[in-house]
Amino acid sequence: MPAFLLYLVHTLFPPDTRQPTELGADFMILVTGIGIVYILTRYKKWRWLWREWLTTVDHKRIAILYLIAAIAMLFRGGVDALMLRTNLALPNVQPIGALEYNEVFTTHGTIMIFFMAMPFIFALFNAVIPLQIGSRDVAFPRLNAMSYWLFAFGAMLFNISFVVGGSPNAGWTGYPPLTELAFNPGPGESYYFLSLLIAGIGTTITGINFLVTIIRMRAPGMTLMRMPMFAWSTLVTSALIIFAFPPLTVALALSLLDRTFGSSFFTLGHGGMPMMYVNLFWLFGHPEVYIVILPAFGIFSEVVPTFSKKRLFGYTTMVISLVSIMFLAYGTWVHHFFTMGAGPTVNAFFGLSTMLIAIPTGVKIFNWIFTMWGGRIRITVAMLYQMAFIPTFVVGGATGIMLSVVPADYQLHNSYWVVAHFHNVLIGGTVFGLLSGLYYWWPKMFGFILNERQGKVGFWLFVIGFWVTFLPQYLLGLEGMTRRMYTYPFGFGWHELNVISTLGAFTMGAGFIALVYNILWSLRYGERDLTGDPWNGRTLEWALPSPAPEYNFARIPVVHGVDEFWAMKEQGMTLANQLRPQDVKALELPKNTGMPFMLGLSFFVGGFGMVFEWWPIAIFGGLGVVACLIYAAFDYDDKEPLPADVIRHTEGTFGRLQA
Amino acid sequence: MRRRVRSSRRAYRMLALAALGLGLLVSGCGPQYVVLHPKGPVGQSELHLMAFAAIAMAVVILVVFVLFGIAVVRFRDYPGNRNPYTPHWHSHKWLEPLWFIIPAVILTVIAVPTVNVTYALAKLPPSKDPVVINVTSLNWKWLFEYPNQKIATVNYLYIPVGKPVLFHLTADSPMNTFWVPSLGGMEYTMPGRILPLWLEASKPGVYWGHSGQFSGIGFEKMFFYVHAVSGPKFTAWANRVRATARPMTLTAYHQLLRFNTIGAESYSSFPASTWPSVSHGFTLRGGMYLLKSNNPGATAQH
Repeated sequence: MPAFLLYLVHTLFPPDTRQPTELGADFMILVTGIGIVYILTRYKKWRWLWREWLTTVDHKRIAILYLIAAIAMLFRGGVDALMLRTNLALPNVQPIGALEYNEVFTTHGTIMIFFMAMPFIFALFNAVIPLQIGSRDVAFPRLNAMSYWLFAFGAMLFNISFVVGGSPNAGWTGYPPLTELAFNPGPGESYYFLSLLIAGIGTTITGINFLVTIIRMRAPGMTLMRMPMFAWSTLVTSALIIFAFPPLTVALALSLLDRTFGSSFFTLGHGGMPMMYVNLFWLFGHPEVYIVILPAFGIFSEVVPTFSKKRLFGYTTMVISLVSIMFLAYGTWVHHFFTMGAGPTVNAFFGLSTMLIAIPTGVKIFNWIFTMWGGRIRITVAMLYQMAFIPTFVVGGATGIMLSVVPADYQLHNSYWVVAHFHNVLIGGTVFGLLSGLYYWWPKMFGFILNERQGKVGFWLFVIGFWVTFLPQYLLGLEGMTRRMYTYPFGFGWHELNVISTLGAFTMGAGFIALVYNILWSLRYGERDLTGDPWNGRTLEWALPSPAPEYNFARIPVVHGVDEFWAMKEQGMTLANQLRPQDVKALELPKNTGMPFMLGLSFFVGGFGMVFEWWPIAIFGGLGVVACLIYAAFDYDDKEPLPADVIRHTEGTFGRLQA
Repeated sequence: MRRRVRSSRRAYRMLALAALGLGLLVSGCGPQYVVLHPKGPVGQSELHLMAFAAIAMAVVILVVFVLFGIAVVRFRDYPGNRNPYTPHWHSHKWLEPLWFIIPAVILTVIAVPTVNVTYALAKLPPSKDPVVINVTSLNWKWLFEYPNQKIATVNYLYIPVGKPVLFHLTADSPMNTFWVPSLGGMEYTMPGRILPLWLEASKPGVYWGHSGQFSGIGFEKMFFYVHAVSGPKFTAWANRVRATARPMTLTAYHQLLRFNTIGAESYSSFPASTWPSVSHGFTLRGGMYLLKSNNPGATAQH
């Protein structure tokens, strides 16, 4: 028995992971875990947690779950980033060694893309889309909960790698043969493949769910060309997800087979072809870039008209550019590896296709500027992020065009220029967009407004910090510094710019703290949103109370044009003054279920077993998955009646029922 | 209201100053900006194209910044703003197509030289006879074999000035990229593939190179040094290495395969089977990326 325990300790906590940072993380997890269990038990909240949150199928609650996870992951990824920047501040000064640095840059990238940006986007999809298109829920509410729990348990599996067994350390792209067992023993890379596979299933399902929701569940009269632009961007993003994630799943699954069962798809020996993985990965990876940027474009297309008090300029060209980006996004993946010897014809083709995709993007920038032109711009935090986005994203796009110039890319590839470029578009585009959307839709999600003054402090810290961090990195690229070096020697002239960059990163960290403080402060003291329309909004979600009742719309509105709610307000109408008691009908709502949670848990157990190749545990988890799916397939009792009286009562308390 | 206008003007002046300072920082940059100070024709033409694209992009950035700045300054929501408010203006017959045309024109201007230079750099200059160097990236070191001089080095190499050098790149390890920023762009080293890359030094000097692709724990140490010397000096160096250094045996090669970092090494000869060989874990299967000719090292095996 002691031998078994020794084996267990050695496998789960190998010497590599007994570093101060890991032990600190172990301790924090333990303390936080005990704290959560204590509070839940002390205040008898276990049942509440299970009934209200863990089993919920309500898109508004799932949105909040996604948001909490995304902010927690933003914290984790941000701490990773600060560790990286601290290590690089000075030449040959390494608070964390190579081993840990390699793990941290891998987890930073993976977490920020898959476990921060994606759930943040899904939080806003869930919170907004059904309300915006005049629907009571998404098309498949249970599937929606399954998506969330697959994501959540995938994220958990990825995150425990830091303290149990060791993190992946081959970069967020996980190129073979570096991920091969021979070069990368230990469970880290298996964690990477399995957690992304599990979360990837959830993401694919979300794509299907929102595609169907938008195609099938729009309110009567809302034709495609009357949809709010955020709904359009969600539609296009969902289509991208559905076709982009399968190549990733294939690449990850085959790599996992290579590692776990000794096949040779991508290995160094036995005729494996590492470059095949690179192709598959970026066949997913480039559409993924647009999967995370298009929702931000959608958010800005909502924020700009609202705060400019003016209709969106060029609706049709906005739609044309979205759809053309969707198609072009699949034709540019080779620009991630011009320097892999594909030859001048292939490189020239993909260089040109990359330039081509800048055209629809440019169209959108001009349209936003001309939406502001002739408007009345109110400077709120949501609008500030949009106003920071335009200059930032244009610079990021311009440096991207320079990378699409193939011969220039030969010099810039894998240098800090690339690092600066993709942070410029991912932070300047996606993160600014998501934060703008967060401040914009927060009242709708939670019923209170985030304090504007504190929000502006956070905004300036974050945006200034961003530029101070990444402008020097462009120059570092021109100085020949390559990515993913854990330290660098003195004498290359790299240290000055690195110090500046690190200072900027900590300023961004301060911006994050300001954001969290803003949320916590406003939770207690923030202004309540009693009207449901704090920003003088234009689209249907603002016609509802904040937060929207469980059934969203007591009666589904009929839509007559773009910006339906604005048109209603111009005619002196609201949803409330149209609703008579006899209009309210009884409804059926989807019933809560514990199945999605158990499914996620089974995947987690199975994944954990596979990481350590403890087959009984893996098989047990797999059987759990099958059991959950069988249960789901035969569970016909999935609806709950909601009597008309209850709806009348709820609407009455909001004062939204005509006497 | 007037105060607000003035403060925004001040903001613009500060922005302009910041842009100027940044420009000085970049243009007045010292020799550490290796990409901006190429020492050979490949790096030179890459830099020219980069600068051309940067200027075109600066035009775009300028146009957008000016339009955006005007919009923000003129159409702020403050009492007494006399600028026209047109809440229902949402489309324009000429402006919207123009959004497509402006970027398309600018990108065409960049695209034409991009394609030309991409094709031009894929070919060796025809009249000159290149020096061939076979490069293998190992964990975590660089092996350079000179098939014509019959010598090999680790982590440093000599090349003659004014003569194109054709590098054949492969790996007996995870991927790396071979990059000497002073001479020109990088190319991947991948197991099971041989990729060509040509560079040329037009000035004598010592230029550092590094791997651009993360390859594990010793990746940071994958620096190497390129000594560009005159033709006679190059020949003399090769002869000296052949005369004085020890030969590389297969055992020595296997020692190089170990996962570690080492300093510079020289060998008076190398076993033909090291380039690329079935005995070290991979077979060369060919394929669309494999060079078909001009590859004396590959034909020498077995």
